[in-house]
Amino acid sequence: MAVDPLIELRDVNKHYGTLHVLQDINLTVGRGEVVVIIGPSGSGKSTLCRTINRLETVESGTILLDGKPLPDEGKDLAGLRAEVGMVFQSFNLFAHKTVLANVSLAQIKVRKRKKEEADKRSRQLLERVGLADQADKYPAQLSGGQQQRVAIARALAMSPKALLFDEPTSALDPEMINEVLEVMQQLAQEGMTMVVVTHEMGFARSAANRVVFMADGKIVEDRTPEAFFTAPESERAKDFLSKILKH
Amino acid sequence: MKVLTDNFALYGEGFLGTVQLTVYASLLALVLGFLMASFRVAPVGSFRVFGTVWVTVLRNTPLTLLFFAVLLGLPRFGLVLPFQVFAVLALGCYTSAFICEVLRSGINTVPTGQGEAARSLGMSFGQTLGSVVLPQAFRSVIPPIGSTLIALAKNSAIAGAFSVTELLGTYKTLNELGYSIVWTFVWIAVGYLIITLSISLLFHVLEKRYGVAR
Repeated sequence: MAVDPLIELRDVNKHYGTLHVLQDINLTVGRGEVVVIIGPSGSGKSTLCRTINRLETVESGTILLDGKPLPDEGKDLAGLRAEVGMVFQSFNLFAHKTVLANVSLAQIKVRKRKKEEADKRSRQLLERVGLADQADKYPAQLSGGQQQRVAIARALAMSPKALLFDEPTSALDPEMINEVLEVMQQLAQEGMTMVVVTHEMGFARSAANRVVFMADGKIVEDRTPEAFFTAPESERAKDFLSKILKH
Repeated sequence: MKVLTDNFALYGEGFLGTVQLTVYASLLALVLGFLMASFRVAPVGSFRVFGTVWVTVLRNTPLTLLFFAVLLGLPRFGLVLPFQVFAVLALGCYTSAFICEVLRSGINTVPTGQGEAARSLGMSFGQTLGSVVLPQAFRSVIPPIGSTLIALAKNSAIAGAFSVTELLGTYKTLNELGYSIVWTFVWIAVGYLIITLSISLLFHVLEKRYGVAR
């Protein structure tokens, strides 16, 4: 287990109506660790990811970030969210703002940086994700892969302690998946703490420290990628892997 | 034609009265409507209830009844103001309910992911609404807000029945003076057209300027 836990979930439960989407979830993510969550659709992996910055509330159990429990609504919660970046499946770039303004907005509003200072940092981050030349375009003028890289730059702009990725490549053309995964690989190598919900098994294998396999709202396996992919323990995981690795 | 030239001052006064009522009540309606729309999407339950009650009561009350309530009701509670101010209050509050609903439907056209992204970056409810959601909602609500304000301009005629100087009310004086009723009303209609077409034009320009396709 991780020596220095950054994110801890203890006995977390959540229902959607009668559907028990999260059942007694216990998960610890150490500082600098990359945890990939995989599993069939509807297994609760996206919900789990979204509970970590409280975009989804939980009914019971505790979630600790850096040893402190998640605050309820209000200023404290906003403060926490600024520390945990999130990248969404549908990018969710602000449609009415340029790429540069997308990356700068929260720096100015939340971190209270000056506009010039924020823009400078934004340009550096756009450079880092390879999009410095797109700064003045609007999101709709970019390809999906480019939009997702902007979204990563936007999350990084807050200097978060951890990044959550909710199926970051699921809405992308196969050609564009790699450009996003490369950025994520790079972040992983730099020691960013990441929780990644994905169907990209290649990424899980190469970048993850641990693979968490979820099914029907439960964590079924939590192991190293090597162990998980070569010798899954549960029938459910074997079945899942046989289906996705067949093609 | 003689009706207009002979009584230009009277028409002018009425026209100005209607313009004043329209402008002040529009401003009040926009401010209150904006506030109520924020209430209706607020994370705090009691705000949402207040917003809902406001809209339900005002939108479902006939405007004439609301005028009676304000002009005759409020003085009973010791609040005595000029009739024109009362008229602006009644018109503004009434229209704010419609503005609120227009704004809210605009807010609903903005994908939820936009708000989620803003919140995930640590922005507060107010910042999310003000910097991300409303600017995008604004684009789709320009035409219906224009319609609502045109309706307000025409509704202001009711104030005439409560002895507030406005355009429609001028017909009483002119009628007594023996002018042709038809021409009296034709010129009144022209006056209303000037106001409503100006609002149309203003909103057309706004739509051209801000109503960018997403």
